[in-house]
Amino acid sequence: MSKLHVATNVNGDAVEFLCEPHDTLLDVLRNQLGLTGAKEGCGSGDCGACSVELDGRLVCSCLVLGAEVGGKSVQTIEGMATGENLHPLQQKLLDHAALQCGICTPGILVAAKALLDKNPNPTETEVRYWLAGNLCRCTGYDKIIRAVLDAAAEMRGA
Amino acid sequence: MRYESPSTVDQAVKLLTDCDGDTRVLAGGTDVLVQLRLGMISPELIVDIKNIDGMQAISDENGGFRIGAATESATLGEHADLSAAWPGVVEAMELVGSTQVQGRATMTGNLCNASPAADSVPALLAANAQVSISGPDGTRTCSVGDIPVSPGKTSLTRGEIITAIHLPQQKAKSGDAYLRFIPRTEMDIAVASAGVNLTLDDNGICTEARVALGAVAPTVLLVTEAAEAIIGTSLDEPALDELSAICSAACRPIDDKRGTVEFRTKVAGVLAKRAALIAYIRAGGSK
Repeated sequence: MSKLHVATNVNGDAVEFLCEPHDTLLDVLRNQLGLTGAKEGCGSGDCGACSVELDGRLVCSCLVLGAEVGGKSVQTIEGMATGENLHPLQQKLLDHAALQCGICTPGILVAAKALLDKNPNPTETEVRYWLAGNLCRCTGYDKIIRAVLDAAAEMRGA
Repeated sequence: MRYESPSTVDQAVKLLTDCDGDTRVLAGGTDVLVQLRLGMISPELIVDIKNIDGMQAISDENGGFRIGAATESATLGEHADLSAAWPGVVEAMELVGSTQVQGRATMTGNLCNASPAADSVPALLAANAQVSISGPDGTRTCSVGDIPVSPGKTSLTRGEIITAIHLPQQKAKSGDAYLRFIPRTEMDIAVASAGVNLTLDDNGICTEARVALGAVAPTVLLVTEAAEAIIGTSLDEPALDELSAICSAACRPIDDKRGTVEFRTKVAGVLAKRAALIAYIRAGGSK
Protein backbone atom coordinates (compact mmCIF):
# COMPACT_ATOMS: atom_id res chain seq x y z
CA MET A 1 0.00 0.00 0.00
CA SER A 2 1.64 3.26 -1.07
CA LYS A 3 1.30 6.48 0.84
CA LEU A 4 -0.64 9.43 -0.50
CA HIS A 5 1.06 12.77 -0.99
CA VAL A 6 -1.04 15.72 0.07
CA ALA A 7 -0.33 19.44 -0.35
CA THR A 8 -2.45 21.70 1.78
CA ASN A 9 -2.44 24.89 3.83
CA VAL A 10 -2.45 24.84 7.62
CA ASN A 11 -2.88 28.08 9.55
CA GLY A 12 -1.73 30.04 6.52
CA ASP A 13 1.38 27.95 5.86
CA ALA A 14 1.81 25.73 2.80
CA VAL A 15 2.33 22.21 4.07
CA GLU A 16 2.95 18.81 2.47
CA PHE A 17 2.71 15.39 4.01
CA LEU A 18 2.54 11.70 3.25
CA CYS A 19 -0.22 9.65 4.78
CA GLU A 20 -1.97 6.30 4.56
CA PRO A 21 -5.43 6.30 2.96
CA HIS A 22 -7.04 5.56 6.32
CA ASP A 23 -5.21 8.25 8.28
CA THR A 24 -7.50 10.96 9.55
CA LEU A 25 -6.70 14.66 9.46
CA LEU A 26 -6.39 14.39 13.25
CA ASP A 27 -3.73 11.67 12.87
CA VAL A 28 -1.87 13.81 10.36
CA LEU A 29 -2.03 17.00 12.44
CA ARG A 30 -0.77 15.31 15.57
CA ASN A 31 1.66 12.71 14.20
CA GLN A 32 3.00 14.17 10.97
CA LEU A 33 2.74 17.90 11.51
CA GLY A 34 3.41 18.10 15.23
CA LEU A 35 0.24 20.13 15.80
CA THR A 36 -0.99 18.44 18.93
CA GLY A 37 -3.53 21.09 19.89
CA ALA A 38 -6.38 19.07 18.41
CA LYS A 39 -7.08 16.14 20.75
CA GLU A 40 -8.53 12.68 20.20
CA GLY A 41 -11.31 12.46 22.77
CA CYS A 42 -13.44 9.84 21.06
CA GLY A 43 -12.36 9.24 17.48
CA SER A 44 -16.00 9.10 16.41
CA GLY A 45 -17.04 12.71 15.94
CA ASP A 46 -18.97 12.94 19.20
CA CYS A 47 -16.79 14.97 21.57
CA GLY A 48 -15.42 17.82 19.45
CA ALA A 49 -11.97 17.81 21.08
CA CYS A 50 -10.46 17.46 17.60
CA SER A 51 -12.33 20.43 16.14
CA VAL A 52 -10.64 22.38 13.34
CA GLU A 53 -11.89 24.60 10.54
CA LEU A 54 -11.66 23.21 7.02
CA ASP A 55 -12.18 25.85 4.32
CA GLY A 56 -13.93 27.94 6.94
CA ARG A 57 -16.25 25.14 8.12
CA LEU A 58 -16.12 23.83 11.66
CA VAL A 59 -15.49 20.07 11.46
CA CYS A 60 -14.16 17.19 13.54
CA SER A 61 -10.72 16.36 12.20
CA CYS A 62 -11.28 12.74 13.23
CA LEU A 63 -14.02 12.58 10.61
CA VAL A 64 -11.86 13.88 7.78
CA LEU A 65 -9.23 11.79 6.05
CA GLY A 66 -5.80 13.33 5.58
CA ALA A 67 -6.29 12.53 1.91
CA GLU A 68 -9.30 14.84 1.70
CA VAL A 69 -7.56 18.12 2.53
CA GLY A 70 -5.40 18.51 -0.56
CA GLY A 71 -5.70 22.05 -1.86
CA LYS A 72 -7.78 23.14 1.11
CA SER A 73 -7.11 25.37 4.07
CA VAL A 74 -7.05 24.04 7.60
CA GLN A 75 -7.25 26.25 10.66
CA THR A 76 -6.29 24.73 14.00
CA ILE A 77 -6.06 26.05 17.56
CA GLU A 78 -2.40 26.76 16.91
CA GLY A 79 -3.42 29.47 14.47
CA MET A 80 -5.74 31.28 16.81
CA ALA A 81 -3.36 33.59 18.64
CA THR A 82 -1.43 36.22 16.72
CA GLY A 83 2.16 35.79 17.85
CA GLU A 84 2.16 36.46 21.56
CA ASN A 85 -1.32 38.00 21.50
CA LEU A 86 -4.08 35.68 22.54
CA HIS A 87 -7.42 35.76 20.74
CA PRO A 88 -10.08 37.40 22.97
CA LEU A 89 -11.76 33.99 23.34
CA GLN A 90 -8.53 32.49 24.65
CA GLN A 91 -8.04 35.36 27.08
CA LYS A 92 -11.60 35.23 28.34
CA LEU A 93 -11.43 31.48 28.96
CA LEU A 94 -8.39 32.15 31.12
CA ASP A 95 -10.00 35.14 32.83
CA HIS A 96 -13.12 33.13 33.65
CA ALA A 97 -11.13 30.02 34.67
CA ALA A 98 -13.24 28.19 32.11
CA LEU A 99 -11.02 25.15 31.92
CA GLN A 100 -9.60 22.53 34.28
CA CYS A 101 -7.85 19.66 32.52
CA GLY A 102 -7.89 21.59 29.25
CA ILE A 103 -8.52 18.65 26.94
CA CYS A 104 -11.75 20.06 25.54
CA THR A 105 -10.36 23.60 25.41
CA PRO A 106 -8.73 23.68 21.98
CA GLY A 107 -11.91 22.26 20.44
CA ILE A 108 -14.11 24.67 22.42
CA LEU A 109 -12.02 27.63 21.27
CA VAL A 110 -12.00 26.64 17.61
CA ALA A 111 -15.74 26.00 17.73
CA ALA A 112 -16.48 29.24 19.59
CA LYS A 113 -14.38 31.23 17.15
CA ALA A 114 -16.29 29.67 14.26
CA LEU A 115 -19.52 30.78 15.94
CA LEU A 116 -18.44 34.35 16.51
CA ASP A 117 -17.08 34.62 12.97
CA LYS A 118 -20.55 33.70 11.74
CA ASN A 119 -22.69 35.33 14.42
CA PRO A 120 -20.94 38.05 16.46
CA ASN A 121 -23.91 38.46 18.79
CA PRO A 122 -25.21 35.05 19.77
CA THR A 123 -27.67 34.49 22.58
CA GLU A 124 -26.71 32.16 25.40
CA THR A 125 -28.99 29.51 23.89
CA GLU A 126 -27.33 29.87 20.52
CA VAL A 127 -23.91 29.45 22.09
CA ARG A 128 -25.00 26.35 23.99
CA TYR A 129 -26.52 24.71 20.92
CA TRP A 130 -23.54 25.61 18.72
CA LEU A 131 -21.17 24.04 21.28
CA ALA A 132 -23.35 20.95 21.75
CA GLY A 133 -20.71 18.94 19.90
CA ASN A 134 -17.96 19.96 22.31
CA LEU A 135 -18.06 17.85 25.46
CA CYS A 136 -16.39 18.90 28.70
CA ARG A 137 -16.07 16.53 31.64
CA CYS A 138 -14.63 19.06 34.07
CA THR A 139 -16.29 22.43 34.11
CA GLY A 140 -20.00 21.90 33.75
CA TYR A 141 -19.92 24.35 30.81
CA ASP A 142 -21.15 27.38 32.77
CA LYS A 143 -17.87 29.27 32.86
CA ILE A 144 -17.19 28.35 29.25
CA ILE A 145 -20.48 29.87 28.13
CA ARG A 146 -19.91 33.01 30.19
CA ALA A 147 -16.42 33.36 28.73
CA VAL A 148 -17.67 32.99 25.16
CA LEU A 149 -20.42 35.56 25.68
CA ASP A 150 -17.94 37.92 27.35
CA ALA A 151 -15.48 37.52 24.48
CA ALA A 152 -18.27 38.13 21.98
CA ALA A 153 -19.19 41.35 23.75
CA GLU A 154 -15.59 42.52 23.80
CA MET A 155 -15.14 41.68 20.13
CA ARG A 156 -18.24 43.71 19.30
CA GLY A 157 -16.68 46.61 21.12
CA ALA A 158 -19.49 46.59 23.63
CA MET B 1 -7.44 0.23 1.54
CA ARG B 2 -7.29 2.48 -1.49
CA TYR B 3 -8.51 6.07 -1.62
CA GLU B 4 -9.54 7.52 -4.97
CA SER B 5 -10.94 10.94 -5.75
CA PRO B 6 -12.34 10.88 -9.29
CA SER B 7 -13.36 14.06 -11.07
CA THR B 8 -16.29 12.63 -13.03
CA VAL B 9 -19.30 10.46 -12.26
CA ASP B 10 -18.25 7.97 -14.93
CA GLN B 11 -14.85 7.54 -13.32
CA ALA B 12 -16.48 7.00 -9.93
CA VAL B 13 -18.88 4.40 -11.34
CA LYS B 14 -16.04 2.59 -13.11
CA LEU B 15 -13.89 2.51 -9.96
CA LEU B 16 -16.76 1.07 -7.93
CA THR B 17 -17.83 -1.43 -10.59
CA ASP B 18 -14.30 -2.67 -11.24
CA CYS B 19 -13.48 -3.31 -7.59
CA ASP B 20 -14.14 -6.90 -6.58
CA GLY B 21 -13.98 -6.23 -2.89
CA ASP B 22 -16.07 -4.09 -0.57
CA THR B 23 -16.30 -0.43 -1.50
CA ARG B 24 -17.63 2.72 0.10
CA VAL B 25 -18.60 6.06 -1.37
CA LEU B 26 -17.19 8.96 0.64
CA ALA B 27 -19.10 12.21 0.82
CA GLY B 28 -19.11 13.74 4.32
CA GLY B 29 -17.63 10.66 5.95
CA THR B 30 -19.60 11.13 9.15
CA ASP B 31 -20.91 7.56 8.96
CA VAL B 32 -18.23 5.87 6.82
CA LEU B 33 -15.26 7.05 8.89
CA VAL B 34 -16.95 6.17 12.18
CA GLN B 35 -17.69 2.66 10.90
CA LEU B 36 -14.17 2.36 9.54
CA ARG B 37 -12.63 3.27 12.90
CA LEU B 38 -14.91 0.84 14.72
CA GLY B 39 -13.90 -1.95 12.37
CA MET B 40 -17.52 -2.39 11.30
CA ILE B 41 -16.48 -2.05 7.66
CA SER B 42 -13.23 -2.89 5.87
CA PRO B 43 -13.59 -1.54 2.36
CA GLU B 44 -10.91 -2.26 -0.18
CA LEU B 45 -11.70 1.02 -1.90
CA ILE B 46 -13.06 4.39 -0.83
CA VAL B 47 -14.30 6.65 -3.62
CA ASP B 48 -14.44 10.31 -2.67
CA ILE B 49 -17.14 12.00 -4.75
CA LYS B 50 -16.60 15.55 -3.50
CA ASN B 51 -14.35 16.60 -6.38
CA ILE B 52 -16.92 15.77 -9.04
CA ASP B 53 -18.60 18.80 -10.61
CA GLY B 54 -22.04 19.50 -9.28
CA MET B 55 -21.76 17.14 -6.33
CA GLN B 56 -21.68 19.98 -3.83
CA ALA B 57 -24.18 22.31 -5.45
CA ILE B 58 -27.76 23.30 -4.75
CA SER B 59 -29.51 24.53 -7.89
CA ASP B 60 -33.01 25.56 -8.89
CA GLU B 61 -34.68 22.89 -10.95
CA ASN B 62 -38.16 23.26 -12.46
CA GLY B 63 -39.26 25.31 -9.49
CA GLY B 64 -37.81 22.76 -7.11
CA PHE B 65 -34.22 22.01 -6.17
CA ARG B 66 -31.43 19.71 -7.20
CA ILE B 67 -29.11 19.01 -4.28
CA GLY B 68 -25.82 17.40 -5.23
CA ALA B 69 -25.05 14.21 -3.36
CA ALA B 70 -22.03 15.63 -1.55
CA THR B 71 -23.68 18.87 -0.41
CA GLU B 72 -22.88 19.35 3.25
CA SER B 73 -25.80 19.88 5.56
CA ALA B 74 -24.63 23.29 6.81
CA THR B 75 -25.16 24.63 3.28
CA LEU B 76 -28.84 23.70 3.29
CA GLY B 77 -29.86 26.14 6.00
CA GLU B 78 -27.74 28.82 4.39
CA HIS B 79 -29.72 28.50 1.15
CA ALA B 80 -32.55 30.98 1.63
CA ASP B 81 -34.86 29.67 -1.11
CA LEU B 82 -34.49 26.04 -0.09
CA SER B 83 -35.10 26.86 3.56
CA ALA B 84 -38.19 28.86 2.65
CA ALA B 85 -39.66 26.22 0.35
CA TRP B 86 -38.82 23.08 2.37
CA PRO B 87 -38.23 24.06 6.01
CA GLY B 88 -39.17 20.56 7.16
CA VAL B 89 -36.49 18.90 5.03
CA VAL B 90 -33.87 21.41 6.13
CA GLU B 91 -34.74 21.23 9.82
CA ALA B 92 -34.71 17.43 9.66
CA MET B 93 -31.19 17.23 8.26
CA GLU B 94 -30.05 20.00 10.61
CA LEU B 95 -30.86 17.79 13.58
CA VAL B 96 -28.15 15.32 12.63
CA GLY B 97 -25.13 15.46 14.94
CA SER B 98 -23.36 18.59 16.04
CA THR B 99 -22.21 21.78 14.35
CA GLN B 100 -19.05 19.90 13.43
CA VAL B 101 -20.98 17.00 11.92
CA GLN B 102 -23.19 19.47 10.04
CA GLY B 103 -20.07 20.82 8.39
CA ARG B 104 -19.53 17.48 6.65
CA ALA B 105 -22.67 15.31 6.76
CA THR B 106 -24.86 15.02 3.65
CA MET B 107 -28.52 14.11 3.10
CA THR B 108 -27.49 11.51 0.54
CA GLY B 109 -25.15 9.92 3.04
CA ASN B 110 -27.88 9.96 5.64
CA LEU B 111 -30.17 8.23 3.15
CA CYS B 112 -27.61 5.66 2.00
CA ASN B 113 -26.45 4.78 5.50
CA ALA B 114 -29.97 3.35 5.73
CA SER B 115 -30.41 3.70 9.44
CA PRO B 116 -34.06 3.20 10.41
CA ALA B 117 -33.68 6.35 12.51
CA ALA B 118 -32.20 8.57 9.81
CA ASP B 119 -33.55 12.09 10.29
CA SER B 120 -33.61 13.39 6.73
CA VAL B 121 -35.48 10.44 5.26
CA PRO B 122 -39.01 10.92 6.69
CA ALA B 123 -38.91 14.58 5.68
CA LEU B 124 -37.58 13.76 2.20
CA LEU B 125 -40.20 11.06 1.74
CA ALA B 126 -42.98 13.38 2.88
CA ALA B 127 -41.69 15.90 0.35
CA ASN B 128 -41.79 13.20 -2.36
CA ALA B 129 -38.11 13.65 -3.11
CA GLN B 130 -36.48 11.67 -5.87
CA VAL B 131 -32.85 10.63 -6.38
CA SER B 132 -30.73 10.42 -9.51
CA ILE B 133 -28.56 7.35 -9.73
CA SER B 134 -25.66 6.66 -12.07
CA GLY B 135 -24.34 3.17 -12.56
CA PRO B 136 -22.60 0.86 -15.00
CA ASP B 137 -25.88 0.41 -16.89
CA GLY B 138 -26.64 4.10 -17.16
CA THR B 139 -28.74 6.52 -15.14
CA ARG B 140 -32.09 6.15 -13.43
CA THR B 141 -34.25 7.95 -10.90
CA CYS B 142 -36.40 6.65 -8.10
CA SER B 143 -38.17 7.81 -4.96
CA VAL B 144 -36.04 8.30 -1.85
CA GLY B 145 -38.34 5.74 -0.24
CA ASP B 146 -36.99 3.05 -2.59
CA ILE B 147 -33.40 3.43 -1.44
CA PRO B 148 -33.32 1.94 2.09
CA VAL B 149 -34.32 -1.75 2.05
CA SER B 150 -33.32 -2.80 5.56
CA PRO B 151 -31.11 -1.42 8.33
CA GLY B 152 -27.75 -0.60 6.74
CA LYS B 153 -28.73 -1.84 3.30
CA THR B 154 -29.80 0.08 0.19
CA SER B 155 -31.28 -0.98 -3.12
CA LEU B 156 -28.28 0.39 -5.00
CA THR B 157 -26.54 -2.30 -7.03
CA ARG B 158 -22.82 -2.66 -7.59
CA GLY B 159 -21.25 0.41 -9.11
CA GLU B 160 -24.30 2.62 -8.58
CA ILE B 161 -24.05 5.97 -6.84
CA ILE B 162 -26.61 8.60 -6.08
CA THR B 163 -25.59 11.83 -7.79
CA ALA B 164 -28.34 14.13 -6.53
CA ILE B 165 -31.51 14.50 -4.50
CA HIS B 166 -34.37 16.27 -6.25
CA LEU B 167 -37.04 18.17 -4.36
CA PRO B 168 -40.14 19.04 -6.37
CA GLN B 169 -41.57 22.53 -6.50
CA GLN B 170 -43.43 23.11 -3.27
CA LYS B 171 -47.04 23.91 -4.09
CA ALA B 172 -48.76 27.12 -3.03
CA LYS B 173 -50.37 27.02 0.41
CA SER B 174 -48.18 24.13 1.43
CA GLY B 175 -45.89 23.40 4.32
CA ASP B 176 -43.71 20.64 5.66
CA ALA B 177 -42.33 19.86 9.11
CA TYR B 178 -40.23 17.24 10.89
CA LEU B 179 -40.09 16.33 14.56
CA ARG B 180 -38.20 13.66 16.42
CA PHE B 181 -37.99 12.45 19.99
CA ILE B 182 -34.56 12.10 21.61
CA PRO B 183 -33.84 11.85 25.34
CA ARG B 184 -30.99 14.40 25.18
CA THR B 185 -31.25 17.91 23.79
CA GLU B 186 -28.77 17.34 20.97
CA MET B 187 -26.43 14.77 19.49
CA ASP B 188 -28.71 11.78 19.64
CA ILE B 189 -30.45 9.27 17.44
CA ALA B 190 -34.20 9.50 16.87
CA VAL B 191 -36.31 7.21 19.04
CA ALA B 192 -39.35 8.06 16.93
CA SER B 193 -39.90 10.70 14.29
CA ALA B 194 -42.48 12.09 11.89
CA GLY B 195 -42.29 14.12 8.69
CA VAL B 196 -45.46 15.72 7.31
CA ASN B 197 -45.98 17.66 4.09
CA LEU B 198 -49.42 19.08 3.24
CA THR B 199 -51.30 21.45 0.96
CA LEU B 200 -54.36 23.53 1.81
CA ASP B 201 -57.08 25.13 -0.26
CA ASP B 202 -58.18 28.74 0.18
CA ASN B 203 -60.47 27.77 3.06
CA GLY B 204 -57.73 26.11 5.08
CA ILE B 205 -58.91 22.61 4.19
CA CYS B 206 -56.18 20.06 3.56
CA THR B 207 -56.26 18.82 -0.03
CA GLU B 208 -53.07 16.75 -0.12
CA ALA B 209 -50.80 15.27 2.48
CA ARG B 210 -47.89 12.88 2.96
CA VAL B 211 -47.01 11.48 6.37
CA ALA B 212 -43.80 9.54 7.00
CA LEU B 213 -42.56 7.95 10.21
CA GLY B 214 -38.96 7.20 11.17
CA ALA B 215 -37.30 4.94 13.73
CA VAL B 216 -40.41 2.79 14.15
CA ALA B 217 -39.73 0.15 11.48
CA PRO B 218 -36.70 -1.29 9.66
CA THR B 219 -37.14 1.45 7.07
CA VAL B 220 -39.04 4.72 6.92
CA LEU B 221 -42.81 4.29 6.67
CA LEU B 222 -45.04 6.30 4.35
CA VAL B 223 -48.43 6.07 6.04
CA THR B 224 -50.98 6.86 3.32
CA GLU B 225 -53.94 6.12 5.59
CA ALA B 226 -52.75 8.74 8.03
CA ALA B 227 -52.61 11.31 5.24
CA GLU B 228 -56.16 10.36 4.25
CA ALA B 229 -57.30 11.05 7.80
CA ILE B 230 -56.46 14.73 7.49
CA ILE B 231 -57.26 15.31 3.83
CA GLY B 232 -60.60 17.10 3.54
CA THR B 233 -60.28 18.48 7.07
CA SER B 234 -58.92 21.63 8.66
CA LEU B 235 -56.88 19.45 10.99
CA ASP B 236 -59.46 19.68 13.75
CA GLU B 237 -59.02 17.58 16.89
CA PRO B 238 -60.90 14.48 15.65
CA ALA B 239 -58.88 14.44 12.42
CA LEU B 240 -55.61 14.82 14.30
CA ASP B 241 -56.58 12.11 16.77
CA GLU B 242 -57.34 9.79 13.87
CA LEU B 243 -54.00 10.68 12.25
CA SER B 244 -52.27 9.94 15.52
CA ALA B 245 -54.01 6.61 16.03
CA ILE B 246 -53.35 5.45 12.47
CA CYS B 247 -49.67 6.38 12.80
CA SER B 248 -49.34 4.48 16.05
CA ALA B 249 -51.03 1.47 14.48
CA ALA B 250 -48.60 1.57 11.55
CA CYS B 251 -45.53 1.40 13.76
CA ARG B 252 -43.43 -1.78 13.80
CA PRO B 253 -40.61 -0.78 16.13
CA ILE B 254 -38.20 -2.81 18.23
CA ASP B 255 -37.34 -2.64 21.92
CA ASP B 256 -33.81 -1.39 22.38
CA LYS B 257 -31.77 0.75 24.72
CA ARG B 258 -33.27 3.92 23.24
CA GLY B 259 -36.91 3.05 23.58
CA THR B 260 -39.54 0.37 24.00
CA VAL B 261 -42.07 -0.70 21.41
CA GLU B 262 -44.80 0.88 23.54
CA PHE B 263 -43.00 4.19 23.93
CA ARG B 264 -42.08 4.53 20.27
CA THR B 265 -45.56 3.60 19.13
CA LYS B 266 -47.17 6.18 21.38
CA VAL B 267 -44.66 8.95 20.66
CA ALA B 268 -44.76 8.45 16.88
CA GLY B 269 -48.48 9.19 16.97
CA VAL B 270 -47.96 12.29 19.07
CA LEU B 271 -45.14 13.58 16.85
CA ALA B 272 -47.17 13.03 13.69
CA LYS B 273 -49.94 15.18 15.13
CA ARG B 274 -47.56 17.95 16.18
CA ALA B 275 -45.67 17.89 12.88
CA ALA B 276 -48.95 18.07 10.98
CA LEU B 277 -49.93 21.16 12.95
CA ILE B 278 -46.62 22.88 12.29
CA ALA B 279 -46.92 22.05 8.59
CA TYR B 280 -50.47 23.40 8.67
CA ILE B 281 -49.35 26.73 10.12
CA ARG B 282 -46.48 26.93 7.64
CA ALA B 283 -48.98 26.33 4.83
CA GLY B 284 -50.88 29.40 5.97
CA GLY B 285 -53.55 27.68 7.99
CA SER B 286 -54.70 29.29 11.21
CA LYS B 287 -55.39 27.62 14.52
